[in-house]
Parts: sequence; C-alpha cells; structure tokens
Amino acid sequence: MGRYEVLETVAIADCALEVEGSDLADLFATAARALAELMVDPVTIARTLQRQVTLEAPSVDLLFFDWLSELIALKDSDGAAFPDIEVEIECGTPWRLRARLVGGPLQGGPAALRSDPKAVTFHLFRVEPWAGGWRARVVIDT
Amino acid sequence: MKTIPLADCVWEIPPSEKAGMRVPARIYASEALLAGMDAGVFEQVTNVACLPGIVGAALCMPDGHWGYGFPIGGVAAFGAEDGVISPGGIGFDINCGMRVLRTTLTEAEVRPRLPELVDALFAAVPTGVGARGFLRLTDDAFADVMREGAGWCVRHGYGWPEDLDATEGGGCLPGADPAHVSARALARGREQLGTLGSGNHYLEVQVVPPDGIHDAVVARAFGIETAGQVLVMLHCGSRGFGHQVGTDYLRLFDGAMRAYGIVVNDRELACAPFRSPEGQAYFAAMTAAANTAFANRQVITHRVREVMGRVFGRDPRDLGLSLIYDVCHNTAKLERHVVEGVARDLVVHRKGATRSFGPGAPDVPAAYRHLGQPVIIGGSMETGSALLVGTDHAMHETFGSTAHGAGRTMSRAQAKKRVRGESLMQDMERRGIVIRAASKSGVAEEAGFAYKDLAAVVDVLHRLDISRRVVSLRPIGNIKG
Repeated sequence: MGRYEVLETVAIADCALEVEGSDLADLFATAARALAELMVDPVTIARTLQRQVTLEAPSVDLLFFDWLSELIALKDSDGAAFPDIEVEIECGTPWRLRARLVGGPLQGGPAALRSDPKAVTFHLFRVEPWAGGWRARVVIDT
Repeated sequence: MKTIPLADCVWEIPPSEKAGMRVPARIYASEALLAGMDAGVFEQVTNVACLPGIVGAALCMPDGHWGYGFPIGGVAAFGAEDGVISPGGIGFDINCGMRVLRTTLTEAEVRPRLPELVDALFAAVPTGVGARGFLRLTDDAFADVMREGAGWCVRHGYGWPEDLDATEGGGCLPGADPAHVSARALARGREQLGTLGSGNHYLEVQVVPPDGIHDAVVARAFGIETAGQVLVMLHCGSRGFGHQVGTDYLRLFDGAMRAYGIVVNDRELACAPFRSPEGQAYFAAMTAAANTAFANRQVITHRVREVMGRVFGRDPRDLGLSLIYDVCHNTAKLERHVVEGVARDLVVHRKGATRSFGPGAPDVPAAYRHLGQPVIIGGSMETGSALLVGTDHAMHETFGSTAHGAGRTMSRAQAKKRVRGESLMQDMERRGIVIRAASKSGVAEEAGFAYKDLAAVVDVLHRLDISRRVVSLRPIGNIKG
C-alpha cells in the first residue's frame, strides 16, 4: 500500500503532493486515492458508480499526468469521485494503463465535500524510481 | 536573490542573477510585503524573465505569491511577432475574474433579512466540487457561448444590455474558435454555467463601512454614494471548461516547444510562439474559455437579481442592481502599448493580476473613460475588499496592470491546521458575517489569517499610482464552494 503526503510549504495556493508506491501500479493507485481525498472525505461518498479507464502515453511521467487529468475530468463530466481504484500499468512503447474505478456522486448526497481540483500542473513535476519502488511529486491546481 | 530598490515600492532583480534572463524582473511591494514573499515568487518571476520575446521586465504585483509557472500576481508582455504565449502564464482557470454590483439598499434594510438572503443565494448559485448549473445547453448552444460570452446571456434573457458595457472587453474577447476546443473540455464545462466553484471563489454581500469612501468623485461615478450602501461581489471563472483547455494546451506545448527550440526553467512554462499554429490555436481556445467565464459570471448575476428581487419583494431594477464592472484576472490579451516611445502589439499575460487601464484608454466604458476603469481587489472573506480605479501611470509602468487580491501568506494545508471550518463559520456569524459553504474544510483554507493585509497591498498600489484607492468594502454575507 503506497503513501502520500501534502507538502505544506510548496505552491501555497495549490496542493503539492509527494506520492510513493511499491511499484508503478501502487504509485498510480495511491495518487488517485490522494486526488479523491482532496475532493471528498472518502468515507462519506457512495460506492454506486463504476468506470473503466484505458490510457496510452509515450512516457511514464506523461501517463501519470494523463491519469490524474482523467480523474479530474471525470469529476466534472460525471460529477463523481472514485476513491477505490485498481490499476494495471504496462511498460512499453507506448506506456499503457488500465484501471477500474469505484465511487459515487459528489452532489445531492451525504458526501462531505472538500476542494475542487482544476488541473494537474507540470510545476515541480516528477515521476521516478525510488528505494525499490516509485515516487512522484505533483502540484494540483485547486 | 539580489533585489535592488529602484524607487518607492519598486524592486528589481537584474538579469545577472539567473542564467538566461533576457530582461530584469521587477517586484512591486513595500519593504514589509517584499520580506514576506515566499521563495517561489523570486524563482518564478525570474523564470518568466527568461522566456522568448519578453518585453521590458517580468513583473510581480504586491499580492504576489508562489504559483505554478508564473507567480500569482505575475504580469509579462511578449511581442506579438517574436514572443510566446504560455498557459502557465494565464493559469488553468482562464478568465477567473470578479464583478461587483451596486444596490440602492442600505445595511439597515438588508441586515434583518440577511440570513434569508444568504440562504436563497446559496440555493440559487450551485457551489462546490461536482456542482451543475440550471442551464442545459446543446453543443451548438455552448459553442455560441464560447463565441459571444456574456452577450449570449443577455440575448437569452440572463442579463441587461447595459451589463455588457460594464464588462471588460464588453464581455466577449475577439478570436474565440470552438474548433480548437476538445470534446473533453465541452463535456466538463457544458453543464457548469452559473456555478461558483470552490477554493477562493465566492459570492459576497458587502457594505461600504463608515470610513470606506476614499474618493467621493470616482465613487459617485461607480454609483456608490454613501456609507452603509450594500453591494454584491462575486469571484469565479471558466470552471471545468477552461481548466481542460489549459490542460490540453499545456500537454500540447510540452511536446511542441522542442520543435521551436524553446527551453524553459519550469516545465509549467511550456509555451509556443504566439504566431505559430499551436500558439494561435491556444489563443482561440483560451479566448473561448474566457468568454464562457464572462457568461458564467453573467448567469450568476442573473440569479443574484432573481433572488434579491424575490427576497426584498421588488423589481431588481428598483433595487438598483446595476453592474459596476467585471474584470478578468487570468488572461493573455493582445494589446497595444508604448514601449520606449514606440507603439507595439503585445501579448500581455496577467496571472492573478488585473487590468488597470487609465483615463482615455481603449476599452474603458464611456461612463468611466474620463476616470479610468474600475479595479476590483478581492480580499479575504473575513476582512473585506476594495474598489480602485485605473491610472495613466499603470499604462507606462505595468502594461496597464495592477494586483488582483490580498494574496496568500500560507498554504491551504497550513490554514486548515490552524482553524476548523465549523468554528470559523460560527466565529464569523458572531461578528455579523452570515456564511454558507459547501465545504467546511474549504472555509478553513480561506481564513483571513491565510492572506496578506489587504490595506497594505492597496496602499502599495496607491503609492505606486498603478491604481488609486476609491472605496473599501466589508463583508456581511458570504457563500463559498
């Protein structure tokens, strides 16, 4: 199970995250969980919606950028957040992601809302192997 | 990083301070505000000074703080023929901006019905993450919104014709082209017209405090006559539509700039020559997003008028609910400025900065042309806001630009550690500010202590003469996302 930390003194109007995973799939799933927890208290949101996501990108860092951007877009187009995530990553040319998301609607129910992330930025952005696993730093515009 | 005092409240970082700087960086601040600026401001404003085609200097306003790409409060002008355009110099919330409406109501008339009014506003203007507006538009209708901006709203009964005269650019920037907008952007934004968002966005009922009128002549031109008069201010932008336009083109420019031999210090400053196909496509899409932001604020204005008419049992026109002005914060606009005695067409990026055109400048409404454009400076939800007026000096000093708010002093995470949203809301109610919010943690993030002293920021703007103090405003009702 990966972990993440909010970097409190970085990009103060936004939300800077440091994310670690035991492998790439764990890194991507942990980052997605962090993003969902930025939007809503995950305990309070229903698990009534499922989505499948498939993505391709020319590099692992762009796949990570596109993955979080996809989740932010779903927040608006579907009005939903997805705290439960299973991810598979396939290394190659291109890099591929397949994910299964479970979550629920943000509005009209008991969900305890937090913030409304706007976009993934490239500011201080990095995705790299680290200590036998992977880590990423990403600033989310909130 | 070495900062050299150039004049009162003007500090310069010379090009020798960082490899690749093409022009100096200039920070506008008092000594105290400069000392309080985080390291990100200095790093980011000097990164901006390295971008191709930059003219004069990279600027940061006194509300500046660490952002992404440009600092918040960043202003830079690039030659239209030899310069670049960068999504990181505009922000994802394209044309995030502010508008303020006057009323003929006084605090004494509003105060007894304030909870009812704030509840009704909160019900009428959807807030918070995942919110959708009351309009259901087809793709074709939304494309019309992109092209027409606030004009589309007025044409469909969501505004008064004179609202357009009181909106920067008439509420519609030229050059918008829906063909350069992705289906994903459309899917994100089509149902969000009339929604507030979250973060630092708000809709506020404000009052002119007893000592709040600083320039009675200009205040009168704005329709503000006396202390106790009630105004309504709102702050929001282009919602998910603009956020996706920014995302799409940041991703495109990240790859495309290599073909143009452009290297940037921060990947978020990814850019393309303004006249390149990529640069022109982004300008057309960004302008479309800017126009939807005007439309968003116009639809919210319509809802405010409906609610106030209902709560006070009078026609909104009888309540004098006229728009004083609407300003953009996050844009790149093609403007003509005089640089070293020569008129040049420039792509002026303002990120968390406000246009501050002076008397006689183009695009200042006829009612204000002899005075300069109204400038709206949004403060924190606890402490208040301010109205200023644009100046001729700003045209020469800052490409006709000024600050946009108080500016943060601490991160959202730090603010949440210092106060709980619920207790802050109760405290505000005790101090006479009625507040409704979709997110209690979001309220904690926006606590007054997380922002600079607005009066200190406004004082710098006034001393610099890049905008002049007109009216101070105090909040009495607030809705947030």
